[in-house]
Formats: sequence, structure tokens, C-alpha cells
Amino acid sequence: MAFTPRPAGSGGPRKQFIRRKKVCKFCVEKIDYIDYKEARLLSQFVPERGKILPRRISGVCAPHQRKLMDAIKKARNIALLPFTAD
Amino acid sequence: MKTYEVMFIVVPSTPDEEIDRINGQLEAVVKGMQGEVVSVEKIGKRKLAYRVGKFEEGFYVLFNIKATGDVVKEFERRLKVTDSVLRYISVRVDKALKRVDKIKAARLKKLRKKSPGGQPEAAAPAI
Repeated sequence: MAFTPRPAGSGGPRKQFIRRKKVCKFCVEKIDYIDYKEARLLSQFVPERGKILPRRISGVCAPHQRKLMDAIKKARNIALLPFTAD
Repeated sequence: MKTYEVMFIVVPSTPDEEIDRINGQLEAVVKGMQGEVVSVEKIGKRKLAYRVGKFEEGFYVLFNIKATGDVVKEFERRLKVTDSVLRYISVRVDKALKRVDKIKAARLKKLRKKSPGGQPEAAAPAI
């Protein structure tokens, strides 16, 4: 038989991820003003490919993500951050 | 009067005197139109994140000015006609900074409330 139903209740070693609670970097470090000039800070949220890291991965809170997005887009315009990876 | 930040990139091969000359001209524009130059900062050479024209790096200059929108308009026009300027960006910052001050004040107040009478333990690190 190709498929044997597992007896209920005794599943194999179920993968249990202990998810660490993500926290917003800007809230924790009390960075109120996200400056587009700080390329080093912003580049933490721009992975290799050049895209803006989504909130669900970085854990940034919504108000800060909005500000961050703004800052990254400004930084791109002045060639501090890439639009795309080349 | 509003506060603006204007950042621009000059061709990296431009001699220092030429950059100073451009800065001087721009300062004159602002002052000539009842504006106020708060600071001029030559940030220096930096590698560009992507190629602009045929340049891989650029010389960054940051202006901090207090002026009206018309001044910024003229300022940008000047940058546009200056051949050695690759890119520029002007950002209005007064509103954002005001908001930041408000947040900071609120945080300080909260801290004071927590430890009444005593000194607020290490006021928020200034970043």
C-alpha cells in the first residue's frame, strides 16, 4: 500500500517552531525620525534584491513601516539605496 | 517660513573650489530671497547605489535652509541648470521634526510620571 493512514493522536514528531516575538526596531531603539540620509540603517530593511522588506518578516510596526517606506524611497532617489540589484 | 533639506550630488571629479563656488551661489540665492541658510554640509565622496549617467560615485552636499516654497523652487532650478549636479532632492522637514519633538516630550513626561520626584532615569538616548 502506498498510503498508510496514521493512527490518530500519535502523529510523528510534529515540527514545532518556537516563534520569537518580533519587535519593531524603531520602537525599541526609540528612533522617532527615520532619516533618509542614514543609508546604513535603511539598508537593514532592503535585502539583496533591493526590495523593501515586508513587515511580516522584519516585525516593524505599521506606523514605522510607513515612515521607513518613505525614507527608503527618498534614499533611492538620491542614489543612497538601489532601486534594484544589478 | 518652512525648513527644508536639500541634498544634491556633484560630479566626483569636480574640484573643491568649484563645489564651494556652487555652494556660494546657492547661498546667495537663498539669502537674496529672504531665506536663511541654517547649515551647509559637504558630506563628501560616496559610492552611488546605482550608476547615474556614467558615474559610479558622487560628491554629496547637504543644505539646510529656512525659506518659503518659492525659494526652494528657484534653488531647484539652479541645481537643474548646473551641469555638474547629478541629482538633487529637497525635503520639507519642519512638520516631521515638530512631530518628533512632541513624541519626545510625551515620552519624557511618561518617564517623569513613573518616577515621581526623582530624576527621570537616563533620558531617552538622543539619536
